[in-house]
Amino acid sequence: MAVAIRAFAPGAVASHYRDSVWVEPTEWLALATALRDRREFTFDLLNSISAVDYIGYFEVVYHLTSLRQNRSAVVKVKCGEGRKDPIVPSVVSVWRTADLQEREAYDLMGIRFEGHPNLKRIMLWEGFPGHPLRKDFVTYDQSVVPLEAQQAVAERKAQDGA
Amino acid sequence: MTLQTEPISINFGPQHPSTHGVFRMRVTFDGELIVDVEPVFGYLHRGSEKLAEERTYTQVVTLTDRMDYVASMTNNQAYILSVEKLAGIVPEPRGVWLRMIAAELQRIASHLVATGFLIQDLGALGTPLMYAMREREKILDLFEMMCGARITNSYLRPGGVFADAPDYFWQALRQFMDDIPGQVDEMEELLGSSEIILQRTKSVAVLKPGDMVNAGITGPMLRAGGVDWDLRHRNSYDYYDRVQFDRPLHHASDNFARYWVRIQEMRESIKIVEQCIKAIEPGPVRPKSVPFLVRPPKGDSYVGIECPKGELGFYLVSDGGVSPYRCHVRAPSLMNLTLLKEMLVGTYMADMFVSFGSTDINMGEVDR
Repeated sequence: MAVAIRAFAPGAVASHYRDSVWVEPTEWLALATALRDRREFTFDLLNSISAVDYIGYFEVVYHLTSLRQNRSAVVKVKCGEGRKDPIVPSVVSVWRTADLQEREAYDLMGIRFEGHPNLKRIMLWEGFPGHPLRKDFVTYDQSVVPLEAQQAVAERKAQDGA
Repeated sequence: MTLQTEPISINFGPQHPSTHGVFRMRVTFDGELIVDVEPVFGYLHRGSEKLAEERTYTQVVTLTDRMDYVASMTNNQAYILSVEKLAGIVPEPRGVWLRMIAAELQRIASHLVATGFLIQDLGALGTPLMYAMREREKILDLFEMMCGARITNSYLRPGGVFADAPDYFWQALRQFMDDIPGQVDEMEELLGSSEIILQRTKSVAVLKPGDMVNAGITGPMLRAGGVDWDLRHRNSYDYYDRVQFDRPLHHASDNFARYWVRIQEMRESIKIVEQCIKAIEPGPVRPKSVPFLVRPPKGDSYVGIECPKGELGFYLVSDGGVSPYRCHVRAPSLMNLTLLKEMLVGTYMADMFVSFGSTDINMGEVDR
């Protein structure tokens, strides 16, 4: 897969491991169109868009399927190095199914999809503070425990560990 | 004199009885004609994906039940297959056959609900729905014998299922399998030969097959458009490559085609269950070597299965711990709503909920 992409877009592939291919965010939109239209790929179905928070950076994972060739591929795009302003080009113009999924990733993970026609929150209401699927999001359960109690638990854990 | 009309916006839901849950649509009408639709989601958002990050791999099974709550068994199946791929667990044959029986029974139950509520949306209040629900009730009784629960089953575990089905289950299943083909025939005869239903559903809300693929619509909706795509056949998870079944296709891609495909798929599911009953052999239902706390190695896995509504996929990321680092659900109900606007614009107000019902969505899965 990575070899086949490098054949026509040399700068697009950042790295690859097993069946996953990491793609440069700047090249992604052009590559997505090629993956859909070129005869050797024909990935006409975009199964799923998942966003993962790896603390140091974010990763958007695209699962693609070709109905004609009955094969699938995984494309990953790294973004937001150092947790700052993760931006990925939107692929709504290539696959319509990205519409709702990108809104979901924006709502819950805070990834901005550039060029999305209607990038609004989908599950939560406008004005909700933060993006809940990020690892640094404090949940309600965590927030209602008083700070002193949290510190006491942390101290006890530190003592147990020592 | 020509009448001047002005577009009017009406808010449907979230508490509308025909929205199959808590779904809201802002619809703009010109007279009775729909000119614009804007779906609003999120009234049933429970943060399942976040909750999954704090639970062990086995505990997450209970969360998957509550996503699509009319098809819990297939939700379990998709999640368990993803965990098995991630952790490299080889399931026991008897466990796999049992979960295939459970999944196909669940498909029949889900399609019965879809068909029953579609007729209810057409205005036949009560009676046809009760016919469908009566049959579904028998399936829920079978589930109760299998695992003690009727709706939120949590029956599957990594490596198989958590308990073997008792002897009286097999007798009851035999009884059910003898009854159900006749009941499906009766239902098709009652509904498919009704002039009113045919007039109301044929050539309404037609979608193009190419658009549907591009918009990620899968399952019976896609097959109603003539696209031969069924993951049980193409991807062949579990032992679906060892059973014979047809893939019913319709080419009209309208509301009637979607209803028709579901009725035919119930027949195929009955065939599959019959073959599973023949093939199943005594043995353990899950391997002894799988611990309660599954610790998959670092990595990620995605498995998509053919659930009654379309492709249900679980994307799991493991950091080597006892709970998933990230659990993303590819919900077919949400994807199938991508073309809602294209489907509804140009049809009439009375057809709105019929078209909406024919997509067969479940809000628990849309919002998660």
